[in-house]
Amino acid sequence: MKNPLVALIAGILIGAGGLYFFLPYDPLTLGGGAAQVSSGAAGDGAERASAGETLRRVRNRGFVQCGVSQGLPGFSSPDERGNWSGIDVDFCRALAAAIFGDPAKVRFRPLSAKDRFTALQSGEIDILSRNTTWTMSRDTQLGFDFIGVTYYDGQSFMVRKAAGIKSARDLAGGTICTETGTTTELNLADYFRSRGLSYKVLSFEKNEEALVAYDRGRCDAYTTDASGLYAQRLKLTDADANMVLDDVISKEPLGPAVRQGDPQWEDIARWTLNALLNAEELGITSDNVDEMLESGNPRVRRLLGREGAYGEAVGLRPDWAAYAIRAVGNYGQMFERNVGTETPLGIKRGLNALWSDGGVQYAPPVR
Amino acid sequence: MAMEDVTGRPPPKSQMRASPVVWARRNLFSSVGNTVLTLACLYLLWLAVPPVLDFTIFSAVWSGTTRDACLGPDKGACWPFIRANIGQFVYGRYPADEIWRVNVVFGLGAVALVPALIPSAPAKRFNLIFLLVIYPLIALVLLAGDRPGLRPVPTSEWGGLLVTLVVALTGIVVSLPLGIVLALGRRSSMPAIRMLSVIFIEFWRGVPLITVLFMASVMLPLFLPEGMSPDNLLRCLVGVALFSSAYMAEVVRGGLQAIPAGQYEAARALGLSYWRTMGLVVLPQALRHVIPGIVNTFIGLFKDTTLVLIVGIFDLLGQVRAQLSDPSWTVPQGALTAYIFAALVYWVFCFGMSQYSNFMERRLNTARER
Repeated sequence: MKNPLVALIAGILIGAGGLYFFLPYDPLTLGGGAAQVSSGAAGDGAERASAGETLRRVRNRGFVQCGVSQGLPGFSSPDERGNWSGIDVDFCRALAAAIFGDPAKVRFRPLSAKDRFTALQSGEIDILSRNTTWTMSRDTQLGFDFIGVTYYDGQSFMVRKAAGIKSARDLAGGTICTETGTTTELNLADYFRSRGLSYKVLSFEKNEEALVAYDRGRCDAYTTDASGLYAQRLKLTDADANMVLDDVISKEPLGPAVRQGDPQWEDIARWTLNALLNAEELGITSDNVDEMLESGNPRVRRLLGREGAYGEAVGLRPDWAAYAIRAVGNYGQMFERNVGTETPLGIKRGLNALWSDGGVQYAPPVR
Repeated sequence: MAMEDVTGRPPPKSQMRASPVVWARRNLFSSVGNTVLTLACLYLLWLAVPPVLDFTIFSAVWSGTTRDACLGPDKGACWPFIRANIGQFVYGRYPADEIWRVNVVFGLGAVALVPALIPSAPAKRFNLIFLLVIYPLIALVLLAGDRPGLRPVPTSEWGGLLVTLVVALTGIVVSLPLGIVLALGRRSSMPAIRMLSVIFIEFWRGVPLITVLFMASVMLPLFLPEGMSPDNLLRCLVGVALFSSAYMAEVVRGGLQAIPAGQYEAARALGLSYWRTMGLVVLPQALRHVIPGIVNTFIGLFKDTTLVLIVGIFDLLGQVRAQLSDPSWTVPQGALTAYIFAALVYWVFCFGMSQYSNFMERRLNTARER
């Protein structure tokens, strides 16, 4: 009789403790904002301060805390001297340059796929720039906002050049290697079933195994996201004998995300990306940005802060965009430097070309 | 010189050694079964060893500065990749101009550890106090650098072998004393202490290390107010240390149970207090019994440190994997090369520990060697 009683009391205590720890978290952050608003009834100054909290914290800390991957070629990977490079990394550098005028004022926090969301929710990082697909559920349920698309990815296929396969349709009846337990299998099934084509799938626990199976000729194609295919291609015994099909069978828009509830910080991140895209459209590069400051083109002048007060509106200096561009170049430079045709990855612009060049990268104007 | 009478003595060792043929016939081919087994083993060795040697040595690429050196048909291990990245593997992303601090910590550790391991070295007491109390403090200050004159280096910039050693050594240094205390607590006659020890041990032994690390790294920050979570590495260190002390406690308890009750009673009869009974009579015998178990736990712990990879801390293995993603070094045989290198490093440390424990066992057990 005594032991069950003790267990009951202990259970109640532990349960209550758990509730105490669990419950207040969300109400606290949401309610915290509400409390700020109600106590700031005297004026909207208080509200703006609470909205600009992330920027203030970043400024006090002296650097941007940026969540990146633990190593994905072309997006975020450390080199021999430990310097990070990649599109995701460069975006954070641009953000740091826009805020501090110094692209070095950023620290990278490598995150696994599992702990990336918690790190953002708990405030350990200010921005998650980690090849994360923008989906509705992530945008609406996890308490983040995606600020744009740094790379339009999508599931594609790698095939042997000698096989004469030109499009995904030619794979009908073939064997396809993939990884189990990811959406890749699902996308594959959707694609082939909806077209009434037959196919055989050979799935493996790890993508390394799937790649080896493909390399040894056990299957006709290997499928995963296109950016991954280009990286995996380098691991094949004869990379040049293989190619990635242009067909894309799923939408994987990769983009940075910020915590919900701080519109100013969200604007800074969004417009830093837009500035890089607009810079490419306007022909501003990291090399000519200083000459462009004297340009007569009003669109250039507005972007670089020679006209208007667009930077001040988000709490930054007027020439914030010039610093970002000077640091990492425009979007096109960033792309070519990290994943472009001159790099070992050799990815063509494709969907990631500007809208004016046949891609879908389109940034709203600075005006 | 008088002739010695050698009748009845065994022949001198030098004459006992049989020729290889005789030895092989006696040991490898003594029966049909043995012959079949020997041939099968030789066949397996022939299957396994030449390709491994070929990959790691004969067709391996030894020189070069870019990935192009390692490309091409029939190329083996890509050692230039290891050489180019060795700094990353050892120091992680520790700032390049502060690496002397890591080197000082490594050097100081080696200088203090070697005499501590040699039984005949002088000043053992001072040496151990330095190694177990003063050295960790020096290392902490030097590595983290939160003192005037030193640039602070956040633990997120630590990596590679440095992190592996920090996690493993913290676990080892904390778990042995804590484990002994817990083992004594579990055998204590005081119910409260006994129950607390049992709960602690059973709790930490009942959860997988991966869960502990996940809780520490993913859940804890959610419970704490925003921006107030303790350092990620520190959280993992505490998790690993508590986890391994629970295991250590059970190993030590096994040793305590092997001590006959007469030893306790004799110590009591001499008027020794509880702590002196334990410290002078029981523990020295008990720990000697369980040296293999203790070292087993240490070795397991050393290898378990790789699990911190899943919470975004780059230990040696994590760093090796991260460097694999550098597109300027991505080659077909890169992953295999890197994993062979990592395995070799882990093996050196674990084999070192195991050899030292064998040495200590032989030294301490001379009286009871059978």
